[in-house]
Amino acid sequence: MTKSRIDNRFAALKAAGRAGFVAYVMAGDPDGATAAEILRGLPGAGADLIEVGFPFSDPMAEGPPIQRAAQRALASGMTLAGTLGMVRDFRKDDQATPIILMGYMNLLVTWGVEPFARDAAEAGVDGLIVVDCPPEEAGPLADALDLAGVALIRLTTPTSDDARLATIVRRTSGFVYYVSVAGVTGVKEADATAVAPHVARVRQAAGLPVAVGFGIRTPQRAAEIARIADAVVVGSALVDEIADAVQKNEDVTQRVLSKADSLAKAVRSARVGQTTV
Amino acid sequence: MPLVHQLDAAYSAAKADDGFQAELSSYLTHYVGRPSPLYFAKRLTDYFGGARIYLKREELNHTGSHKINNCMGQILLAMRMGKTRIIAETGAGQHGVATATVCARFGLPCVVYMGAVDVERQKPNVFRMNLLGAEVRPVTAGSATLKDAMNEALRDWVTNVEDTYYLIGSAAGMHPYPAMVRDFQAIIGREVREQVRLAEDRLPDALVACVGGGSNAIGLFHAFLNDSSVKLFGVEAAGQGLETGRHAAAINGGRPGVLHGNMTYLLQDREGQIEEAHSISAGLDYPGIGPEHAWLHDVGRATYLAATDDEALAAFQLCAELEGILPAIESAHALARLPEITREVGKGGIVVLNLSGRGDKDVNTVAAHLGRTI
Repeated sequence: MTKSRIDNRFAALKAAGRAGFVAYVMAGDPDGATAAEILRGLPGAGADLIEVGFPFSDPMAEGPPIQRAAQRALASGMTLAGTLGMVRDFRKDDQATPIILMGYMNLLVTWGVEPFARDAAEAGVDGLIVVDCPPEEAGPLADALDLAGVALIRLTTPTSDDARLATIVRRTSGFVYYVSVAGVTGVKEADATAVAPHVARVRQAAGLPVAVGFGIRTPQRAAEIARIADAVVVGSALVDEIADAVQKNEDVTQRVLSKADSLAKAVRSARVGQTTV
Repeated sequence: MPLVHQLDAAYSAAKADDGFQAELSSYLTHYVGRPSPLYFAKRLTDYFGGARIYLKREELNHTGSHKINNCMGQILLAMRMGKTRIIAETGAGQHGVATATVCARFGLPCVVYMGAVDVERQKPNVFRMNLLGAEVRPVTAGSATLKDAMNEALRDWVTNVEDTYYLIGSAAGMHPYPAMVRDFQAIIGREVREQVRLAEDRLPDALVACVGGGSNAIGLFHAFLNDSSVKLFGVEAAGQGLETGRHAAAINGGRPGVLHGNMTYLLQDREGQIEEAHSISAGLDYPGIGPEHAWLHDVGRATYLAATDDEALAAFQLCAELEGILPAIESAHALARLPEITREVGKGGIVVLNLSGRGDKDVNTVAAHLGRTI
């Protein structure tokens, strides 16, 4: 049961009295080999959990940075099968860091949700976020993931009221992903003061750890969110490093891992000298 | 999701409200110009030598297409919901123009997302929208066409959900849009039913309409769904030919999948990546089809044919020469299948074709394909 990898990680973070750092990267960005190298390096750079995007042609919940990452990944030939292969390779050296896949429904429908759940679990995937699959339509997917022992992780937003929240968390496991701004990834900035009561509300409703993402780009902002949430997700800011390094012909892996390292340090030190929440 | 639930609830309430319906009806009469005529196309009928052909003249509506029926309904709903900013997506620009028109009429700011490729292809409509006070935002992401414009409009909507209403133009997207757009377009079929009864004192034998997302077709079909004697024909855009892979025929050349919050037939590769649609008609250039059409196809109630770019061009010219009507190149796809349909229905039968838009917007495209400079 791979789900326990997520639970174990959050239990360890709680024991350590700190928030986790969740790094998002897109499989195949900028190419398969470099993305695999980045993935292997992320735990060493301080990532407590890793989200791996699988590229889709029409990523409607993403802002420009991750849209472009998906286009680079598709251009490099990355597929959902290739994404699972990348996770399988990662698992040869790392049995502890949870891997969450994130993407869109059509590729899973094409694969078949039941075989996909089995194949993902076998590859070493611990959780799945499907951006365009609302709870009303998620029954078959949730059943398949339950059977395979993969966590279905749901997004909640500032517009989710209490009734909606109850629907959303019903079949969520692992953790809940709180989208800190109304909108798409990587555009608006999250405000920790405004986010704090929502995190408490979601944690209460779900009885699960709450990770906050969408709109966290700097170590300072990551530290602020780390004081009030169980985990901090950074995606667009890491992906931007890839785009910039490619453009300047610099070492892509080194740039991304260095950025991840600075964010991870900010998250790890955020609650030092502070009473844990 | 809360935003579509809110929309669903607001629309259900409006639909049941006689005051809302009366207001909509009044604008449709006095501003849009409804009812649109049902016209007996004698020369086309004689030319094909089969069933009697009637044209439902949606191209005579204000702004030149059926799109305004839906825009009028949704703008009244948006105001009822207290929204103060309207966004829309457009391909050819017909829905963008219709949206910009109702926004001007009611004094609401309007942003229209349009693929950068389409902005280039449809400059007159871009200028028309600007004249009506709308801001046209070119979308460069993805393939820079209609589906990408829709992605961008969705991104805007979730970012500005408090004050913004997303006015979708096709019977596609997430619930309640397909049902709501159908309801606002269903006036087409209701009028046809009454008009055919007055002219022929019976039901028609077949209905024909072009299908991209499918709003004009579902609008025509809806009032006849329970009349099993009435055959329903949708015509998809076969582009350069179904066998070339360069087409926009989701049912004839795609398979089921999930995009923009609904499950339907989609143009996609083996993995499920959405493929670009190709058609001479920007209005049919969408890789999916409204979910109700997918259902009508699956249960066998409607038949979905296809017409190529060349066939649509020939039908465009034929309609101009025989009836003195320039049809939209979209509607010309439906005209292109009249030979087979009128033959199947036979002499003495009645076929109603939805002439969903006017072709003035297409003269540059048609000229280019005929190798003429204007």
